[in-house]
Amino acid sequence: MDTQAKTKSGFTAVLIFLVVLVFNLIVHGLIFMFFRDSTLNPLVTALAAVIWGVVGVYFLYLSFSWAVEQFPQQISRKILPYIFIGPAVLLLGWLLVLPALRTLYLSFFNASSDKFVGLGNYLAIFSDRLLATALRNNLLWVFVGTLACVAFGLLIAILADRSSYERIAKSIIFMPMAISFVAAGVIWKFVYYYQPGTEQIGLLNAIVIALGGEPQAWVTMLQPWNNFFLILILIWMQTGFAMVIFSAAIKGVPEDILEAARVDGAGEIRIFFRIIIPFISTTLLTVTTTIIVFTLKIFDVVMVMTGGQYDTEVVATQFYRQFFMYRNFGYGSTLAIVLLIAVLPVIYFNLRQIRKQGGF
Amino acid sequence: MAGRKRKKGKKWIVNLVLGVICFIWLIPTVGLLVSSFRPAADILQTGWWKVFPHQEWKAADTIKLSKDVDLRQPIEVKGKTYTDDQLKAGVKAGDDRLIWENRRNREISVQEQGWVASSTLTLDNYKNVISGKEYTLKGADGSETKEKGTGLSQAFWNTLTIAIPATVIPILIASFAAYAFAWLRFPGRKTLFVVIIAMLVVPLQVALIPVLKDFTSLGLNGSYLGIWLAHSAFGLPLVTYFMYNFISQLPKDLFESAFMDGASHFTIFSKLILPLSVPALASIGIFQFLWVWNDYLVSLIFIGNQPGVQVMSMKIADLVGSRGNDWHLLTSAAFISMLMPLAIFFLLQKYFVRGLMGGSVKG
Repeated sequence: MDTQAKTKSGFTAVLIFLVVLVFNLIVHGLIFMFFRDSTLNPLVTALAAVIWGVVGVYFLYLSFSWAVEQFPQQISRKILPYIFIGPAVLLLGWLLVLPALRTLYLSFFNASSDKFVGLGNYLAIFSDRLLATALRNNLLWVFVGTLACVAFGLLIAILADRSSYERIAKSIIFMPMAISFVAAGVIWKFVYYYQPGTEQIGLLNAIVIALGGEPQAWVTMLQPWNNFFLILILIWMQTGFAMVIFSAAIKGVPEDILEAARVDGAGEIRIFFRIIIPFISTTLLTVTTTIIVFTLKIFDVVMVMTGGQYDTEVVATQFYRQFFMYRNFGYGSTLAIVLLIAVLPVIYFNLRQIRKQGGF
Repeated sequence: MAGRKRKKGKKWIVNLVLGVICFIWLIPTVGLLVSSFRPAADILQTGWWKVFPHQEWKAADTIKLSKDVDLRQPIEVKGKTYTDDQLKAGVKAGDDRLIWENRRNREISVQEQGWVASSTLTLDNYKNVISGKEYTLKGADGSETKEKGTGLSQAFWNTLTIAIPATVIPILIASFAAYAFAWLRFPGRKTLFVVIIAMLVVPLQVALIPVLKDFTSLGLNGSYLGIWLAHSAFGLPLVTYFMYNFISQLPKDLFESAFMDGASHFTIFSKLILPLSVPALASIGIFQFLWVWNDYLVSLIFIGNQPGVQVMSMKIADLVGSRGNDWHLLTSAAFISMLMPLAIFFLLQKYFVRGLMGGSVKG
């Protein structure tokens, strides 16, 4: 780089950078206000919004990268990485990290967040019957749900690997992943539907009657077993996820090791526990943690199926209720923090896993 | 993969067990699909499986007893005697079944087994759901006016308007960040990356309220921008982690030479990295899209009851809550909401499956 360019750059570059910054702020601010106040045809608005959302972000990077390149190379090299990670860090900081800290802060205050109560909320939620039920149910979800998803996923992956119609079978099991919880709720409400009498429109009760049993109100009256019927929905939806990943891992088990074991006379079950399981143990851990995290946060299924009534409350639904219905910000925040504490070990394992894979 | 199949003797058992599992997995969805085509009255009266041919008792004949038969004594029908209780519950007589049709009128129904299939399927449910159900309102003067309820079409477009940018924005942001984390050296790189990964497991409930407060004060609540930002932030840790896994595996010399030639990092990123990452972008894109499309909690909180921006999952959840007995509307609405994700799932299954496995299978 020649000296002339260097002397020119310092002040001008800063100026250019500021101009780009202000320009972006104004343009996006104006577009935002236009959309907020627009009364155009919804379809036109939708289309324009999509274009703005997609092109806008790209333009943000483009303009800022260009502005940074106006600095002398040594400086621009130092700033550029921050332009690249900037939006990610800002977004996460604003919408996840800071909120988590603010929620933690709120959890030490009373319902209307104006009086410091120390650990009062934490003591209260462990003694309040409703909240205790929510915690108990969440434990059920995590243990039963995760265990069943992993076990079924593994079983189906092994079976599919040896079957003659692997692709179709895997598609069928995986399909519920694409269905929303709300739609799944409708599907399963229909399966569990109960009415007195022998003519049933819910499949489960029809089967029970055909077998000579009494129809049951599965998700309402059958406490505390109704929780298991809700967990069944999660299993139906999430087993496919576990199966796909296990299936890929199982295909990675070297064929010659399996052959050698068979030659030595090991049975299929022995091979499964002694060779396949140890070989895919990392994957097993990843899938298990993913599903644990997922079940800890479970909300939609319960909300749609029972609204948290009939002793099916979980932490997330109780959180929603405390916050938006009872306006108890102290309890609500405390519940969210309890959830966070519950996933802390999972964070630890995940980070260790990444370090092992050579990330850092 | 087919060449790697392990040959085992008991293959038919495997096929059978897997078949049964697949059958069980499919039933709930099939039930929904069938129900969504049935008239409202049928859904409430009989199970959806009754549309398939099945054997059922059908009335073949009616026997009228004469007035002097004492109903409290065993009753003689066709040469055999039956008690009143037996006739109440229905009793077998050869291949036929005898059951009271009307005890007061002294009529016994003779039924025989026959194949039946209720074939009254209709598209009305879908029509009602898509364009809004028509209500007939009676005015004070006796005149009738027809009014249309709100349909799903507006919600469908809203969902799409939210889902597309909420998929593209985080992926773009995450890819830029992943590129910087993988290939640029700068102070704070390690710490920031670890923080992002740690965010992977933070339950989003922790963030909802403070974010809601910020959005309210900024006027972002119920706006497209607000919900894009929320979805982007909540999806960002996973997408970044995933894109990092992919981008850091690209060969180093590939863009080192481009950099030597004087290309800027932005050019390298958009001319080299993005095109090379298409498989990864596609797979994580599908994943994020499905997640946003199916979301309920985030919309519930950041959109609330603003009808102009409401998404499908909220509409359906409303239907479930307020009109739990309108099964004909619920089933078809649920199926409409599933169409898009299912289409994407089946069309792009290959990418989707590959995407899910990214980074997590090694080892």
